[in-house]
Amino acid sequence: MSKTISIDGQSVPFEEGQTIMDAALAAGVYIPHLCHNPEFTPHGSCKLCTVKVNGRNVASCTMPAVEGQEVLNDTEELNADRLALTQMLFVEGNHLCPACEKSGNCQLQAVAYYLGMMSPHYNHFYPQREVDASHPDVILDRNRCIYCELCVRASRDADGKCVFGMSGRGIGSSLVVNSASGRLGDTNLAVTDKAVQVCPTGAILIKGKGFTVPIGRRIFDHYTIKQIQTGGGPHE
Amino acid sequence: MSERKIRLATCSLAGCFGCHMSFLDIDERLFDLVELVEFDRTPLTDIKHCGPCDVGIVEGGVCNAENVHVLKEFRKNCKVLVAIGACAINGGLPSLRNNIDLWDCFQEVYQYEGGLEGGVVPNDPELPLPFDKVHPIYEVVKVDFFLPGCPPSGDAIWRFLTDLLAGREPKLDYEQLHFD
Amino acid sequence: MDRPETPDIAPLLTPILAHHGHDASKLLQILRDVQDACHIIPAGAIDLIAVHLGVPRVNVEGVAGFYSFLSTRPVGEYQVLFSGNITDQMLGQDDLMQYLCNKLWVESGKVSEDGLVSIAGTSCTGMCDQGPAALVNGWALTNLDRNRLDLIGELIRSRKPVAEWPPMLFETVDNIRRADVLLGEALAPGDAIRAVLARGARKTLAEMDNSNLRGRGGAGFKTASKWSFCHAAIVEEEGHVICDIGGHPERFIVCNADEGEPGTFKDRVLLNSYADLVFEGMTVGARVVGAGKGFLYLRGEYRYLLGQLEGVLKRRREAGLLGDNILGQADFNFDIEIHLGAGAYICGEESALIESLEGKRGRPRNRPPFPVTHGYQGRPTVVDNVETFACAAKIAAQGGAWFAALGTAQSTGTKLLSVSGDVSRPGIYEYPFGVTVRQVLADCGAEDPYAVQISGPSGTTISWKEFDRRIAFEDLPTAGAFMVFKRKRDVFDAVRNFTHFFAHESCGFCTPCRVGTALQQKIIDKIHSGHGTPSDLEELKRLGHLLKTMSHCGLGSSAANPVLDALAKFPDAFERKLAGLAFEPAFDLDGALETARKITGRDDEWAHL
Repeated sequence: MSKTISIDGQSVPFEEGQTIMDAALAAGVYIPHLCHNPEFTPHGSCKLCTVKVNGRNVASCTMPAVEGQEVLNDTEELNADRLALTQMLFVEGNHLCPACEKSGNCQLQAVAYYLGMMSPHYNHFYPQREVDASHPDVILDRNRCIYCELCVRASRDADGKCVFGMSGRGIGSSLVVNSASGRLGDTNLAVTDKAVQVCPTGAILIKGKGFTVPIGRRIFDHYTIKQIQTGGGPHE
Repeated sequence: MSERKIRLATCSLAGCFGCHMSFLDIDERLFDLVELVEFDRTPLTDIKHCGPCDVGIVEGGVCNAENVHVLKEFRKNCKVLVAIGACAINGGLPSLRNNIDLWDCFQEVYQYEGGLEGGVVPNDPELPLPFDKVHPIYEVVKVDFFLPGCPPSGDAIWRFLTDLLAGREPKLDYEQLHFD
Repeated sequence: MDRPETPDIAPLLTPILAHHGHDASKLLQILRDVQDACHIIPAGAIDLIAVHLGVPRVNVEGVAGFYSFLSTRPVGEYQVLFSGNITDQMLGQDDLMQYLCNKLWVESGKVSEDGLVSIAGTSCTGMCDQGPAALVNGWALTNLDRNRLDLIGELIRSRKPVAEWPPMLFETVDNIRRADVLLGEALAPGDAIRAVLARGARKTLAEMDNSNLRGRGGAGFKTASKWSFCHAAIVEEEGHVICDIGGHPERFIVCNADEGEPGTFKDRVLLNSYADLVFEGMTVGARVVGAGKGFLYLRGEYRYLLGQLEGVLKRRREAGLLGDNILGQADFNFDIEIHLGAGAYICGEESALIESLEGKRGRPRNRPPFPVTHGYQGRPTVVDNVETFACAAKIAAQGGAWFAALGTAQSTGTKLLSVSGDVSRPGIYEYPFGVTVRQVLADCGAEDPYAVQISGPSGTTISWKEFDRRIAFEDLPTAGAFMVFKRKRDVFDAVRNFTHFFAHESCGFCTPCRVGTALQQKIIDKIHSGHGTPSDLEELKRLGHLLKTMSHCGLGSSAANPVLDALAKFPDAFERKLAGLAFEPAFDLDGALETARKITGRDDEWAHL
């Protein structure tokens, strides 16, 4: 008999060492998330994957699954709070979808669609952030960075390079790159690096590939992020 | 009373009129619409000021003082105010200038090569004075409904309007909700 | 990017790196020394440090960018940071700061053109009983007034090294106003350790258990449980059990002296005058859990205590109370190292503190696992508050039953309160748990008290209607701060101060806290500027809910406390500031036209809103 947890009343099996998110993804249960990617160490910063376990809110991507947990996930209250967090991410940066080539394939946007975001609600910060086009193959647009640190983790853990890191703190946090000049072009980042592939938004893009897929045929034009991330739609 | 048509006003602030063009994309359904509504100030009627209305639809963000006057006039006269399109909702493409110093903008427009002869920044009161940054309209007035998209498709607009005019909470299908 | 050119930094860096043994876990200490020497962390130093420590440059840059007292942009040769707590403000801090700025011809937050001086604000420096306070190049200044600032201005202008400034500027006093068993009854160094060695570690743990001592940092976790979890911890690394209950595991004892909660200064006094008691408690803990190494994490604001604390450690080593074979016990080896913080309130959170001890950005870890099993360098670690260790030493010497007889059943022992604000006798008050707020107010000479901030911004605001409530885990838990506001104070000013504090100190890791504290500050400032509306108050409540329920750690989850408490208990403080019922724009419309007015030279009717 495998161990199980319950998510919204549905029995979900898990193996020792799995998190609630791991168990949910394996069972095709969608828990909204942005900073989580099953290929990398869980991070727990976006807090979109917050679920209620025995009455207490926890980040499902970092919380180990424990036999008998009663997990609430797809509730009106949690989804309203997740929407609010998504809106915070939108106003914190400069997310101008019509001008972004990631539009239609962007997970931030797709989560916002999933949660029914009609406006960013909060007042905008319109921060001054740098765009770094110094690399021959890759562009780094910090306006779209949501500090999920997937590139940080991928570069460190998969590419063995540590091209990306975090500096600053609070609302003044920033993504920095591993070169004395502070320019991406002076790092050893290669376009084939995993770090280039994992950005959930349009902060890291490969040059020369923009708008290759026409509107109407992009990932989230017809499929929800829930369908995509739980195997219900075509794979990316 | 039941015969009275819904009075509707629209305008574009710091936008490209793309949302208005998309509005025209409801095509033959415009005939159905005019059965239900009569237009106050819109680019279609060329009425210059908004009178008392049931619904006001605003495209574009707020980038200058004149935008504020128009927006406030809409808010004052419209029972229900709708923000349509990316610019009205988060500043949209005009807000790309939010990362550029206003003085640099002025210099680029008036003083560098290709600018006005003499390179003088004009001080004509007729010219709307720009804000430091472009803002969505909900940061200036209360907004009741949002219809995102750049522009929202004709279908999304039609769906939204038919819901609203029928007194329902407007709700879009997944494929009608777009930020681009 | 702004990367000022610096002269060859290597000759300066070499001794610093050598002093810290080229140890990457000392990165923060290294950067502190560089900052002291250069008044900046030069980009060149970041490159060299990365190379010499064998860590990626981004990691060094990340640490340099995280802590308030490190700066990748130049600060003045003399950097004056005014303590920004509400108690400092109530003593006229804002005017004093402006006074010094005017005197030295420098704008607050900027460096003077000759690079001589920079003046700015900083979070509470822990001198609320002798404020207004400030730091000059990291050294604590107290009791500031215009006369002192005149003198300070002269000293700066004449480029007198801070070490040669008159000592009276740096004078600090303990202000112990009420002493009970902890502060009143002396314990000879070594007595508690001797008692432990006589009784044995297991029985000492039983005494700790009997004492029902709970953590004094505010959370109130039972200390004996923490010690026992740490002792029992089994850590698996790469499949190997590297330590277990019976063996000789690598475990750590950490004393949390990152006393950053605004309004709290009791640890400062304990470390100034009772350091032996604190180190004794750490040594007791080490014996109980089987730790060989301890750290005192001292907040950067208290660097003036560093020298004397090192002296106490040296004396204890010489007395056989630290080091190998403590008091002749063959298997008892334990020593303590002091780490200095660098201006980050978040490092008071135990897992962030551990990250900082490891030389990283002070960012709270994901839990589980907890520090008791996976702490410093992934090893079992006890992190306790300064006062907790002091209590532990007393319990080891005098027994658990003695301690448990003090206070209340759920909150045994005594509690040190740091009393400040509108009182005639600010300072340290030690009471058995269970004392009423009213009693404290009477003892400290509170003047027409109206509200009290218990346990600092992250704690509870209570109104005059609640003065019969008790200081105890079961009623008003506290880490020690007790800030009193008289009736004529505007509670909103305190709320505003606290929201700015949290926004400044949020580490930025999680969305709700990073963005939520900044949004909260924006709304409070909007209300402050006279543009608030009832919908802004609703928005504050909604943000409070998100901060409380979605945040990664205690900073975020308590960041809305002062707002929510004040909204519930002092609604007038907000309502009388509201512009009206109608919608108010999110920003100052007319103000947002000012730049364009200046550029165009316009001032006509249409150039205003």
